[in-house]
Formats: sequence, structure tokens, C-alpha cells
Amino acid sequence: MSRFTAQLRTELQLVARNGEQLLLTLGIPVLLLVFFSLVDVLPTGTDEPIDFLAPGIVALAVMSTAMVSLGIGTGFERTYHVLKRLGATPLGRPRLIAAKIAGVAVVELAQMVVLVPVAYALGWRPDDPSWLAAVGGVVLGTLAFAGIGLTLAGRLRGELNLAAQNGLYLLLLLLGGMVIPFTKLPSGVRQVAKLLPSGALADVLREALAAAGDQSTTSWLVLGGWAIVAPLAASTLFRWD
Amino acid sequence: MPAVEVDSLTIRYHDLVAVDQVSFAAEAGQITAVLGPNGAGKTSTIEACEGYRRPTAGRVRVLGLDPQTQQRQLAERMGVMLQEGGVYPSARVADTVQHYAALYARGANAAELVERVGLTSRAKATWRRLSGGEKQRLSLALALAARPDVAFLDEPTSGVDVNGRDVIRDIVRELAAGGCAVVLATHELDEAERLADRVVIFDAGTIIADGTLAELRKGHDEIRFRSSPTLDLRDLAASIGMIASRVGPDEYVIDAPPHPRLMAQLSTWLADHDQPLTDLRAGAQRLEDVFRRLTAGDPE
Repeated sequence: MSRFTAQLRTELQLVARNGEQLLLTLGIPVLLLVFFSLVDVLPTGTDEPIDFLAPGIVALAVMSTAMVSLGIGTGFERTYHVLKRLGATPLGRPRLIAAKIAGVAVVELAQMVVLVPVAYALGWRPDDPSWLAAVGGVVLGTLAFAGIGLTLAGRLRGELNLAAQNGLYLLLLLLGGMVIPFTKLPSGVRQVAKLLPSGALADVLREALAAAGDQSTTSWLVLGGWAIVAPLAASTLFRWD
Repeated sequence: MPAVEVDSLTIRYHDLVAVDQVSFAAEAGQITAVLGPNGAGKTSTIEACEGYRRPTAGRVRVLGLDPQTQQRQLAERMGVMLQEGGVYPSARVADTVQHYAALYARGANAAELVERVGLTSRAKATWRRLSGGEKQRLSLALALAARPDVAFLDEPTSGVDVNGRDVIRDIVRELAAGGCAVVLATHELDEAERLADRVVIFDAGTIIADGTLAELRKGHDEIRFRSSPTLDLRDLAASIGMIASRVGPDEYVIDAPPHPRLMAQLSTWLADHDQPLTDLRAGAQRLEDVFRRLTAGDPE
């Protein structure tokens, strides 16, 4: 077994063994998708709520895995000196980070395998979707959210990091155009929300999967910017011990 | 060539000089105990050897490698046991050892390692469910996963019960007997006394003693005994020609070699004065006494 494979295996074992992470990465997105598709209480502005919700929930799933799950897990690894201990092995930082990213990608794939069929079962029928653009959006979103999650994990103590990640998750969920359209937000808040990575990712996915983006080009630029700045911030600010 | 060479090492944290011009060596096949009060600089020094900390000045070589610029090569041959933690709390014992063994080119057999540290029956338990002693044994197993040529073990028996300590001591001795250079950082002087071939004592960022136990004890023989708390020490001194000092409520020390005539005089005086002799120890100072003498403080 190669070092990368050994580390990836451990990362995936830990995700599978951690019930909270599974709830966050799979349970909550599926629950939100099913509930708000069947109970028409959100002002989605579409005839079928699932048409608005499906791309938004995919964005939410990416945020849950790449930011919150990765960030909280890594934060506790720092607190428990796991990263310090690994630092004394031949694993090396590049392999450790690659294994973490690969772990996130595997979990995201599992999310899509569950979420997309559930969305179809709920009546989602994307019109001429660009899956390639959607995958591109997911990749950029993963980089952006992983950068944010690791920046927080690398600076804050375990419990504070936990609170910050969950607080930010809720904020980005509500303001990010994932379940509540930008048009329903107050105008001042709306402008800020469109600059958030969650809003940009949801908009990019909505354009790719349903040709219903709000400001597609701007959202690609915003998402691309976050995908560059956040990992750079993480690599600069991250403390291993 | 020594396995660990520290030459004029200085480590500063802003204005604080944590380690000041420290030099020592640790040989392959030996157990070198690094002792010192908290804040003495031993952890910073060992972390510089492990590659965690960059020296402000001086030179560190471990197995002939620079821990800063050749850390990856060194890591292949180095075992590290942290004082606490270092393991994913939800990871199982067997999985953790297998994970670490797979990180090394010549990694140990994971199942054999788990058995060697006596955790086979706990192989499926997660780290958070292990007792303190079991956690220490798992940490030791991770340090052995590399089949190391040099091992830095931080407080390996801390919080471990008597049987667990025996297991750990045997493994550490086997490790050294196999040619590994073992550097043992500990507060437990009894542990160092039992295991170490060589002792390096830190205080206030410098090394105040470095040698074998016999060398550190040389010239510091004593007679230590327990009796009633109310001995007339002036009369005792007049009788035996040596001064006895009270070092505890009922404990006394005479700084002198344990000559049979002196021992006889002491016993006779106690018998003549109808005083008990509840404990008698004569000869070389304990490491704890050496440590107290050198650091003029508590071993903590």
C-alpha cells in the first residue's frame, strides 16, 4: 500500500466512522432536498421547487464536505496532535493534503450518487444540462470551501473552530442562494450574498444544470477568485500544531 | 559517529532564549535520558532533533542528517512518541498501527507490532476507549512502526500501571539492544535510573550534567536512614564524627562513603539511645538526589 493510499484509506475510515460527519454530508442535504421539494414553503420562484433546489442542494453538499467536514476534522487533528505526529513520518505535507482532497472528492462523489437520483425521484428533469460545467463548478467550489475550512482549522482552537465552521455554514446556507433565492434577500444583503462562494457556486450550478443562473459570468469569476484566494490563505495561515 | 549530535544549539522565541549553546551526543545502542525541570529547554532541543523546530543557531545532526533540510530521509529511520495524543480519537488500534506501518518504506508488520505492545485483545478498540496505559503502548507501537535507527520517546511510562511499565521498559531495552539510539525525555527519575545508560540534565536552557549514572554519582556517596523524628543530631555528630542532616520528618542523610566503621557507629548510637532504625540505605546517591543537587529544585 502506498503512503498516499494508506492516508486516504484512513481519511475515509474516519469519515465512515464519524456519524456527525455523515449526517452533515449526506443526511442534511437529502433531508432538505426531500422536505422543501415536498413542502412548498420556500419562495423558489419556480413552478417546481425541485428545479431550484436540486442545484442549490448540490452546492450545499459541496460546502458541507469541503468546508465544514474537512475543516472540523482537520481542526481536531491539530488539537489532538495528529498532524504533528504525521509530520514526523515520511508522509509529507503534499501527500497529506492530496489524501485529504481525494477523501473530499470521494465523499462528494458519494453525495452525488445519492443526491442526483433522489432529485430525479422527486421530479427533477434538468433541461439540456452541461454536466461538464457542473463538474467544473464543483471543483472550483471544493477548492474555495476547502481553503476556507482549512484556514479556520489552521488558526482556531478545536471547539472555537467547530463553532465557527458551523456558524459560517448556517450563514452561507441562508445567504448563499442555495435554498432561498437572492431575489428574496434585502437589496443590500443581496449584493454581498452574490460575492459569497456559496452564492457563486449555487448560481454556477443552476446555470449549468438548468440554464437559470442569475449572473453566470460574474459567479464564475467570483467562484474562481475564492478558489484561488482561499487555498492561498490556508497555505499561508495554516498552523500544523 | 554518534546517532544524535547536538552542537552549540541555541533556540530563541522572540526575546526568550529557551536553549543556550547546548551540546550533547547520543550513541546507537544506548538509552540516553534527557531530564530537566519544566521550561529547562529539553523539549525544544528534542523537537529540533525531530525536525519540528528550527535552531536559531548551532548544529543538529541525527543519523548524520540535518533534521531541517533532510527531514524526509530522517523520518524513514526515526521513531517518535509524543507525550500525549497524536492519534485520531475515532481510529482503531489495528487500523492506526497498519496506517503508520504503511507510511514507512521498511515498516514493521502491524499485527506483530500490536502483539508486541500487548494490545492484541484491544485491536478493535478506538483510541478514545483506551486506558492511559494502553494509549501509551499504542503511541510506542507507532514509534516502532518505522523499525527505527533512532527513537525519541517523550514520557513513555507516564500514567502507565506497573505491568504496563514493565512491558514498555522491556521494549525500550530491546530497541536499544537492537542497535537503536533511544532518547528518552522524562520527568520520572526512577524511570531514567532503571533504563538509561547515559543521562543529560537540562536546567534554564543549558546542560548542567552529562554522563553515565556512575559518573554523575561519583564522589557523592551517602548514608540515608529513617528513625524517630526527634534525634539529637548534635550528640550523634559528636559520637560518630560526621554531621547528619534531617531531609524529611524522620529521614536523615550523612554525606559520607558507607564505611563499615561509620555504619557500626551509627547503629550503636541509635541502639544506645533506644531509637529505631526503620530504613537504611548506603552507597551511591539516587538519581533524584543527584538531580536535586544539580538543579537545586524539585524534579518537576
